Amino acid sequence: MKKILECDKLSASYDGTKVLSGLSFSLNEGDYLCILGENGSGKSTLVKCLLGIKSPDSGKIILGDGLKSTDIGYLPQHTNLSAGFPATVAEVVISGCLGRRGLRPFYSAKEKETARHAMERLGVADLADRSCRELSGGQQQRMLLARAMCAAKKLLLLDEPVSGLDPTATAEMYQLIDDLNKKDGMTVIMVSHDVVKSLECANRILCLCCSEHSFFGTPEEYVNSHISSRFLGE
Amino acid sequence: MTENIRLMFTPEFFGAILLPAIIGGLAVTICSSLLGVTLVLKRYSMIGDGLSHIGYGALSVAAVMNLAPLKVALPVVIIAAFILLRLSESSKLSGDSAIALFSTTALSVGILVSSKAGITNDVSHYMFGSILAMNKSDVILSVVLSVIVITAFIILYNRIFSVTFDENFARATGVNAGIYNMIFAVLTAVTVVLGMMMMGALLISSLIVIPTLTAMRICRSFRGVVLTAGAVSVASFLIGMFMSLLLNTAPGASIVIVNVFFFLCFSLFGAVCRKRS
Repeated sequence: MKKILECDKLSASYDGTKVLSGLSFSLNEGDYLCILGENGSGKSTLVKCLLGIKSPDSGKIILGDGLKSTDIGYLPQHTNLSAGFPATVAEVVISGCLGRRGLRPFYSAKEKETARHAMERLGVADLADRSCRELSGGQQQRMLLARAMCAAKKLLLLDEPVSGLDPTATAEMYQLIDDLNKKDGMTVIMVSHDVVKSLECANRILCLCCSEHSFFGTPEEYVNSHISSRFLGE
Repeated sequence: MTENIRLMFTPEFFGAILLPAIIGGLAVTICSSLLGVTLVLKRYSMIGDGLSHIGYGALSVAAVMNLAPLKVALPVVIIAAFILLRLSESSKLSGDSAIALFSTTALSVGILVSSKAGITNDVSHYMFGSILAMNKSDVILSVVLSVIVITAFIILYNRIFSVTFDENFARATGVNAGIYNMIFAVLTAVTVVLGMMMMGALLISSLIVIPTLTAMRICRSFRGVVLTAGAVSVASFLIGMFMSLLLNTAPGASIVIVNVFFFLCFSLFGAVCRKRS
């Protein structure tokens, strides 16, 4: 098993308040990690550190196998895109290739091919010329996941990918993510509020319950730990 | 009316007054419509308006102190643009109230200073614009600016799209969104100051906002909006200019009215198309 990501005694603060302290965990290629935790527990701060948007107060994040933080495929937390932004699905998806362009201004045929492949993989190819404001919530999330795929070399980072989706779209989304992990060999990191579903699909759980006692381990270990009782309501 | 048309094309008027106005005006029009796409979609529409009021204040102070107007207004407005964009990002003072605070303050300072010095006439040029009074250096500056804006827009097109559509994602893919916001602030500030001399502080924000809104009525893609906004603004400018000379109306206001007319037509067309599909 090749190590793809390692967090070493990571501490970070948000607006002057310490939200992460001494967090350590590591992931292997092909892992499926769910990050659980209440609002304000530091999930979003951790995501920003992983993406390299924010630098930690202390500690470090080590990416394995020549990966750079810009090679992480990122699906941001639900944003209100539908508010009339004029852009076609194809335009949005190919913008995921921007990170690998360096300073060259325009997309090459290879990147157009990458985008087309990502759209087909996520079943939005037939929507390519549609405006993204005409899409349903589920279609929008699949479009954004396709954009993340364009940026991703091996690692997908999904910030609450199913929030705001109806049950059918939610189930479809989980299925897609599961396929990307199992069939395409993508390493997945997912921030989630859905504890039950997380235990079902992930093989690693990171729980940022209170900054001093974060938990990292397999779903079985998590269920048996005392931290889980607060979330599973036992 | 025919007399007006004949006068328009006499060599003295056409060469010395109309041609510079059209060249300079087109340059500023294209810049403001391109920058407008991003400003509108990022919900910074009022920034152009706020900046023009700040520019008005700066120009009044410059007039009273007998300084070159552009040399005072440009740096002041560029600094104001930085501050306003920065404030819009932080949550402490929301963007629109910050703009209201800044622009009314600057406007009041401008009026106070110029009324005290008794030169309100001069300064009122900047309130309502005077496109037919553009001098050679204004025209050259406008053309240079528009070449810079158009080149920057083409080269940075994909990054501008990404930063406008989803700044968080753009940052995650390694795009330095802060730098693009800064470039935007500077270009917007320069466009606003030049546009203000032409259209006046009261009307410049319409040049920035209306073409984009018009294009958004019918275009689905970002590229479509950019191209249509540019085309609509150029057409509105030329038609408005011609109308104002023909009917002896104020040029700035005529151009805005033509823009609004296009907006209404496109809205109607868009509504009909949506109903059909």
